[in-house]
Amino acid sequence: MSIEEIEREIVGEFSVYDDWMDKYAYLIEIGNGMPAMDEQYKTDDNLIKGCQSRVWFYPEMRGELLYFMADSDAIITKGIAALLVRVFSGQKPGEIAKADLSFIDEIGLTQHLSPTRSNGLVSMIRQIKMYAIAFSAK
Amino acid sequence: MVDVEKIRADFPILEESVYGKPLVYLDNGATSQRPLPVIDRMTEYYLKYNSNVHRGVHYLSNKCTDANEAARREVQRFVHAASEKEIVFTRGTTEAINLVAYTFGEAFVEEGDEVIVTEMEHHANIVPWQMLCERKKALLKVVPFDEKGELRLDVYEKLLNERVKLVGVAYVSNVLGTVNPVREMIARAHAVGAKVLIDAAQAIAHLPVDVQDLDCDFLAFSGHKIYGPTGVGVLYGKESLLQQMPPWQGGGEMISEVRFEKTTYNELPFKFEAGTPDFIGIVGLGEALKYIGQIGVAEAGEYEQELLHYAMEQMKQIPRLRIFGEARHKASVISFQIDGIHHFDLGTLLDQMGIAVRTGQLCAEPVMQHYGVTGMVRASLAVYNTKAEIDKLCEGLRKVEKMLNV
Repeated sequence: MSIEEIEREIVGEFSVYDDWMDKYAYLIEIGNGMPAMDEQYKTDDNLIKGCQSRVWFYPEMRGELLYFMADSDAIITKGIAALLVRVFSGQKPGEIAKADLSFIDEIGLTQHLSPTRSNGLVSMIRQIKMYAIAFSAK
Repeated sequence: MVDVEKIRADFPILEESVYGKPLVYLDNGATSQRPLPVIDRMTEYYLKYNSNVHRGVHYLSNKCTDANEAARREVQRFVHAASEKEIVFTRGTTEAINLVAYTFGEAFVEEGDEVIVTEMEHHANIVPWQMLCERKKALLKVVPFDEKGELRLDVYEKLLNERVKLVGVAYVSNVLGTVNPVREMIARAHAVGAKVLIDAAQAIAHLPVDVQDLDCDFLAFSGHKIYGPTGVGVLYGKESLLQQMPPWQGGGEMISEVRFEKTTYNELPFKFEAGTPDFIGIVGLGEALKYIGQIGVAEAGEYEQELLHYAMEQMKQIPRLRIFGEARHKASVISFQIDGIHHFDLGTLLDQMGIAVRTGQLCAEPVMQHYGVTGMVRASLAVYNTKAEIDKLCEGLRKVEKMLNV
């Protein structure tokens, strides 16, 4: 699936819930469902700065595609990270670098997890895009 | 007795909803709300009297100058200072501490001298002293606290010697809520010739402060933590000391005569107030002190103690909840964690329920390191909070536990 298709799918899943507590419960479920990251990748190099919780992203090129592993010590942050991994992992770096992320607005995430807050959403996206740019330059 | 319903009516923000849920505001340690009399007074000054202070010959300027100076006398009365010359307006506690670190530090601290702070200080009462020590090649010493969150006075005693020039200590810890025995600590410091700065940011709205009784040399607090506006704070300093200290920022208002050959400085307290002050904020602060003065700080503190004990009792019934700081003398600040739940998750989900708490390192990283945690959740209570709000907090905490399956 393309980035755009996955984004549509996520928006559809979240639209089922009216109440924000339910959306959070779903986000938590997504976080819990993400495979645990191997401890060896939880290094300072892979740590995303600017979050109240600790978040790690580890990028890996397999052939032409860029894959991400992620983890966080906070479950909501982990849920957000899991969404981003789902959207971006297994895509071409060039596609990731130019991806539009309006789905975050559509879910309503930005209202509740606005960039000014310490959830690290903005930092995570910035880091993913930086990895993508770095790998597409190679 | 505090009539909390009557007080709440003065704070319209408490009637607000967030995400469609009634606001439960438990982040008073970060900033308190302002009552209508403060907002009205400031609005009145913006609408009718706004004009720069201390320089005009005209009616409006005189009106604002009078109000500015009346607020200074209000502060003087509030902290029981001997003279209004001892009240310097700053932007807040942080600026007040920096002012002392620069000016007192410049005049009195030499290479090899020592400055003492405590392990439970807010960063604002650590970093300015570290910077001073770096400039002067002086040494920073730290008084640790024990597991209850009380300062190790035995260690303090050992750290005191004639090289110590200044002790900086919080009256009330912003994380642990500990009310430190500052009066005793000041007396001990004076015995070796050291001066003492009290960071009263977390104390000023919750317990009566008497600078003459404490015999502190400096005391700092912020307006916005005592129902006043942001951007205004106070440095109290003993007149004799302030006299000996050089000015800090240069500019208008702080001068007596300006010549290219030599400028002379204004008298106290203006020597330390360069530039146009936030005079309408200062008027608001004066009004805030009047407001809390009418309720009575002691009475407010007593009511908050009742809330604190109720909250501690209720929260302790949540099995996996751990409270940090259980000092015998504790102000209405409760920092905690629930085992297995990240503070960020807890704060985010409480927010969705309309409950405002603080999460993270609380500007006190050494306290986090002491307990080996990456952050905490803090509920800090003010005179307008209620037991019903504490029930909502506890209910919210249980809901979060359920959601996260802990």
